[in-house]
Amino acid sequence: MVGIVGYGAYVPRMRVKVAEIARVWGKDGGRIGEGLGINEKAVASFDEDSCTFAVEASRTAVKCAGINPQEIGALFVGSESKPYAVKPTATMVAEALGATPNLTAADLEFACKAGTAGVQACMGMVSSGMIKYGLAVGSDTAQGRPNDALEYSAGGGGAALLIGKEKTIAEIDATYSFTTDTPDFWRRQHAEFPRHAGRFTAEPAYFKHVLSAAKGLFERTGTEPKDYDYAVFHQPNGKFPLRAAKTLGFEEKKIKQGLITPFIGNTYSAAAMIGLSSVLDVAKPGQKILVVSYGSGAGSDAFKLTVTNEIEKTGRRPCVPVLKAIEDKTYIDYSAYIKHRRKIKSL
Amino acid sequence: MRSVSIIGVGLTKFGEHWETSFRELIAEAAGKAIADAKVEGKDVQAIFGGCMASGRLIGQEHIGALIADQLGMTPVPSTRLEAACASGGVALRAGIMAVASGTYDVVAVGGVEKMTEVSTEEAATALGGAGDQEWELFNGATFPALYALMARRHMLEYGTTEEQLAACAVKNHANAANNEYAQFHREITVEDVMDSGYIATPLKLLDCSPLTDGAATVILCSSDKAKKFCEAPVEIISSVQASDSLALSQRSTLTAMRATQEAAKLAYAQAKITPKDVDFAEVHDCFTIAEVLAIEDLGFFPKGKGGKAAQDGETALNAKVSINTSGGLKGKGHPVGATGVAQAVEATLQLQQRAGKRQVSNAELGLTHNVGGSGATCTIHVYKRL
Amino acid sequence: MKNATPLIWRNSADRYNLLGSHCATCGTDYFPERVVCPKCRRKGKIEPKQMPPEGKIYSFTQVHAAPTGFEHETPYYIAIIELANGVKVLTQLVDSPDEKIKIGATARMCFRRVFEEGDEGIIAYGFKFKVV
Repeated sequence: MVGIVGYGAYVPRMRVKVAEIARVWGKDGGRIGEGLGINEKAVASFDEDSCTFAVEASRTAVKCAGINPQEIGALFVGSESKPYAVKPTATMVAEALGATPNLTAADLEFACKAGTAGVQACMGMVSSGMIKYGLAVGSDTAQGRPNDALEYSAGGGGAALLIGKEKTIAEIDATYSFTTDTPDFWRRQHAEFPRHAGRFTAEPAYFKHVLSAAKGLFERTGTEPKDYDYAVFHQPNGKFPLRAAKTLGFEEKKIKQGLITPFIGNTYSAAAMIGLSSVLDVAKPGQKILVVSYGSGAGSDAFKLTVTNEIEKTGRRPCVPVLKAIEDKTYIDYSAYIKHRRKIKSL
Repeated sequence: MRSVSIIGVGLTKFGEHWETSFRELIAEAAGKAIADAKVEGKDVQAIFGGCMASGRLIGQEHIGALIADQLGMTPVPSTRLEAACASGGVALRAGIMAVASGTYDVVAVGGVEKMTEVSTEEAATALGGAGDQEWELFNGATFPALYALMARRHMLEYGTTEEQLAACAVKNHANAANNEYAQFHREITVEDVMDSGYIATPLKLLDCSPLTDGAATVILCSSDKAKKFCEAPVEIISSVQASDSLALSQRSTLTAMRATQEAAKLAYAQAKITPKDVDFAEVHDCFTIAEVLAIEDLGFFPKGKGGKAAQDGETALNAKVSINTSGGLKGKGHPVGATGVAQAVEATLQLQQRAGKRQVSNAELGLTHNVGGSGATCTIHVYKRL
Repeated sequence: MKNATPLIWRNSADRYNLLGSHCATCGTDYFPERVVCPKCRRKGKIEPKQMPPEGKIYSFTQVHAAPTGFEHETPYYIAIIELANGVKVLTQLVDSPDEKIKIGATARMCFRRVFEEGDEGIIAYGFKFKVV
């Protein structure tokens, strides 16, 4: 059955604290941090972007899979912070992996869920026999406008899932998507920063889609929250996924392992996939995982996964688990943050 | 091969020439050299010009023809030679070979660079082309960075200190103070160097030669005809050149320049001398560490002892061996394409006893050492009175 | 640098993955790649080879005065890394705390932006190293 053959996550080293951002704008950092459920966010350095994150995460995924990169038949990079507006990131990732030239590649955009959309595309291509392996990447750098609410939460990171049929470490038993036309968050062509519809992003957007997708998947698979050992939800902040879990009836302990945003901020296309990576770092054979992504605009992809015995074999998990990797960090102040993120006008 | 001598020299002031153009610098240095040699323009049968980066620095190529044109010497053949900072040295060697072969009796060898018409970053980029553009400069490695990598290894392997490196700059500024053509006439202290701010650790601003405008010319003549023009010709008894890998990372060691070592061996054999016979030398101190490497690789001091020798004053004027009496690249200035020729000018002035306050007493035998890039080209010339 | 696209593209596989050369005749590895083996010359047999992604710092410097295109990155580290196979590579060192940057420290290849042709030009990606 189709499933995950390898996975990898990458989070940049620098961190800026929510309190430090609040200091610059004369706001109450404690209150903002508490409201968002985020203490600090990961920041890409001057020479990093969604492409470099994608390569680092993909290299880890391919290494754990132990496959010949030439067997990758499709590569999709989901991102809303592409280094080029026109020119695919996917080709650069493919070249860096040594997967060129016998593959198809494209960049996908669906706000924060383009990475899981890539997973579904790969699943279809693998299941049909069109390709042997497909690589789906979600990768983003923070795009928060200075002094916007997003600035406190927008982090950076990438995750990659290698999809195939053989030697899977987790089978993907089912997937279900829920999609509507809901404009809660967008970035117009040529605009530097995204805009959002404030509190509109919650009920009619995030919660409606995440909950509908989860319920749709439960219905399709005849499962309910108690059948799952872990649940990972898209995590634009530290609070939304907890509330979604509670509404669905998940205990908080099933959420914790995959809730990474409090430590690194919202990593957009990578968020749910980094959360899943963290769960795969510890999940045992036979355990079941629910993953629900969310992309503004809007839609959610829900997945039911079952961990296989393969995961316990040597080398099938990355050397450093997500929760350990993110401890390797350096704090920077706001001015270094805006320098590295090129928000100073002359940069 | 015929013996070749220098019969005249000319130099512009080295420094920031805001009011003087590239071509005016050439004309000034060449005019002085021709007058000094007491030749007529029509006696000069060919011109060889060293220039490293005029394309990047002033947007002008085809320097050979430009020189002949500016000097009113067309239609004599006039050729530009480029070997990064050793452009002057290879131009000098081309001139020597042209006369030694019997092709010409009298030739002019010039060197020129105008470096102040671009920003410091652009100058750093242009000079970066002397290294491996694709694998060094492309990664952000400047020239100070490459020499800093050598300095760091030298400090590790031999215990050389930043203060010892600074001693080279202090000595060269002291010598430059006595050279009217030098860019700097300001004596500095070790403390000044130590406080001057890092450019590429452990090298600081005052470990680095400056950006300089300037030109230099020598007139070469076959030794058998030299005395027809000049009372005290200076014979070039050795002219050698060696190469090494363009990129620093490809070298087996960072604490010696193989091109210098190989060229030195050849030069001493050709001149039938040993390093001990050399009274004074102009060495390529684009950075203080480069002077330390040079005085070791040229055999004046054992490997690893160059820093200490500089600190102990053994390279000062009239000490064990007088190094960079002109002020060197650090004190006199470093218009890259002109440097190799300017070194020959200093050697000539010393041997003709025309060096004024910086005159080496009993100067019998001089050596010039010109390096291109991070050591990928080296030329050495040895001089004595004819 | 103007119009560097062909240059950037031509070397991209080498820069992405430390792809160098190996001489099958004498067994020597080279980076960057070479057409001719300097040891064997005409008798050499050059083939592509990926260099090991780990090595030790052979020498390093912190650059405070940058060339065009790197002005906003200062101060940054440049190092020569001696790879496990003895080949030396010049690279930037990133993500490494000052106190960890020492001669002999182990460093590993990572993937970064290396050079950009201004705001609108091509971005060259490739290897840099970080101390592990």
